[in-house]
Amino acid sequence: MSNKKHFKLTVNGEEQEFLAEPRELLIHTLRERLRQTGPHIGCETSHCGACTVTMNGKSVKACTVFVAQADGADITTIEGLGNPDNLHVLQESFKEHHGLQCGFCTPGMITRASKLLEENPTPTEEEVRFGMAGNICRCTGYQNIVKSILAAASEMNAAKEAAE
Amino acid sequence: MIPAAFEYYRPKDMAGVLSVLEEHGDDARVVAGGHSLIPMMKLRMAEVPHLIDLQDVAGLTGISIDAGRIRIGAMTTQHEIINHAGLTDAAPIMREASLQIADPQVRYMGTVGGNVANGDPGNDMPGLMQCLDATFILVGPDGERSVAARDFYEAAYMTDRADDEVLTAVEFAAPNAGYAYEKQKRKIGDYATAAAAVLITKEGGACASASIAMTNLSDTPVYSADAGAALVGSSLDDASMKAAVDAMLGDIDPTEDNRGPVEFKRHAASVILRRAIENAWDRA
Ligand SMILES: Cc1cc2nc3c(=O)[nH]c(=O)nc-3n(C[C@H](O)[C@H](O)[C@H](O)COP(=O)(O)OP(=O)(O)OC[C@H]3O[C@@H](n4cnc5c(N)ncnc54)[C@H](O)[C@@H]3O)c2cc1C
Ligand code: FES
Ligand code: FES
Repeated sequence: MSNKKHFKLTVNGEEQEFLAEPRELLIHTLRERLRQTGPHIGCETSHCGACTVTMNGKSVKACTVFVAQADGADITTIEGLGNPDNLHVLQESFKEHHGLQCGFCTPGMITRASKLLEENPTPTEEEVRFGMAGNICRCTGYQNIVKSILAAASEMNAAKEAAE
Repeated sequence: MIPAAFEYYRPKDMAGVLSVLEEHGDDARVVAGGHSLIPMMKLRMAEVPHLIDLQDVAGLTGISIDAGRIRIGAMTTQHEIINHAGLTDAAPIMREASLQIADPQVRYMGTVGGNVANGDPGNDMPGLMQCLDATFILVGPDGERSVAARDFYEAAYMTDRADDEVLTAVEFAAPNAGYAYEKQKRKIGDYATAAAAVLITKEGGACASASIAMTNLSDTPVYSADAGAALVGSSLDDASMKAAVDAMLGDIDPTEDNRGPVEFKRHAASVILRRAIENAWDRA
């Protein structure tokens, strides 16, 4: 049974229109249809956070959203945060502080962390750990992920102060 | 992990929701945050040929506090509950419990309506609502009615809600009481091995009233009137604490699963309830 419908999303600032079945998962739309392969599929069961994107200002697991629910939404993936020539502060910081090993969880980690720092620009270590609890990493033991996020927060705050 | 195909509806008002429910009966279901329903659909443990998205339906969001009466619209998310200063002032147990549900991503999506309507014994809000003696507001083809949270749950995934009814809000009196929501879980993002919601009021050093409800220790949440009664009049001495825990143990009926055998769950329930009572007492 095919019941394709017309959907419209804004992904990383660009409007996208296409036909899809309502049951298509947002992660598949992003990766396979729109070729935004930064968000990964780790578990596909809502547990690991590798598929995290920002949807209408919320960190969401894109494997647990139907494309139909996302119709009309504004979505940011890791591709919208930075690129190899112009890394986001968090990307620089993960690189600098060894916040990754295999890197599989990293796009989800950084996308989630960017939202966390937007809501709480001066988190404590405990707040970072609690706010990142929806993202699982099989490699690092989290220590350096937390360190990277705290360092990025300081850097972003220093830059903000300097600008004022 | 692809669910069966479905027809998707996104009505703007309740009349639109009710007409699809009426037309398709059992074959239609509403989706709120989707973080209980979508995993079930992906596993094909739930098949929903007609899926009605509530996200655009007017009148289902918002938290209001009026003369000590709190109303939370069904589509209010756990994230919104945690960040609502007025609600945290009036009923801090809502924030304390919500922070222990799932993980940040899930809390941005998961709604209070979905959590209480779902009927999964693992959900934390049903026990919390029973502790608060909340009322659920339902609307259906014959109009609106209300049901006490303490009368709502019949068995796992079986509630007093009819298939053609939608939950629009939960309401309760602001609890002017010491409070605690304590939860034992294997890791953040896990459902409870045992959880306890407790409200206690004190007068002249003695317990004047106590309300106690437990989560994931039976096929429904368990409001234990006897456990609360065991505390009233006492100053929380060992004997009354033990009487309350024993009364609770008489009311729960846990089953063995991957969170442990029955004896372990009874042990965890006792520890968690003691901890919750002590916290609520200190805050009363
Ligand atoms: C990884 C993970 C961990 C989780 N951990 C916890 C936890 O620790 N504690 C906990 O309590 N929950 C937990 N949850 C569940 C989460 O809180 C859900 O979001 C919540 O149970 C359901 O809310 P929802 O808005 O997502 O509902 P949905 O999934 O949209 O709906 C759930 C059910 O309720 C029905 N429904 C929804 N809204 C209404 C309404 N207004 N009227 C009538 N029927 C309605 C739907 O038809 C469906 O049958 C977890 C979920 C995940 C994915
Ligand atoms: S792939 Fe979505 S949470 Fe793991
Ligand atoms: S770096 Fe390998 S999973 Fe996180």
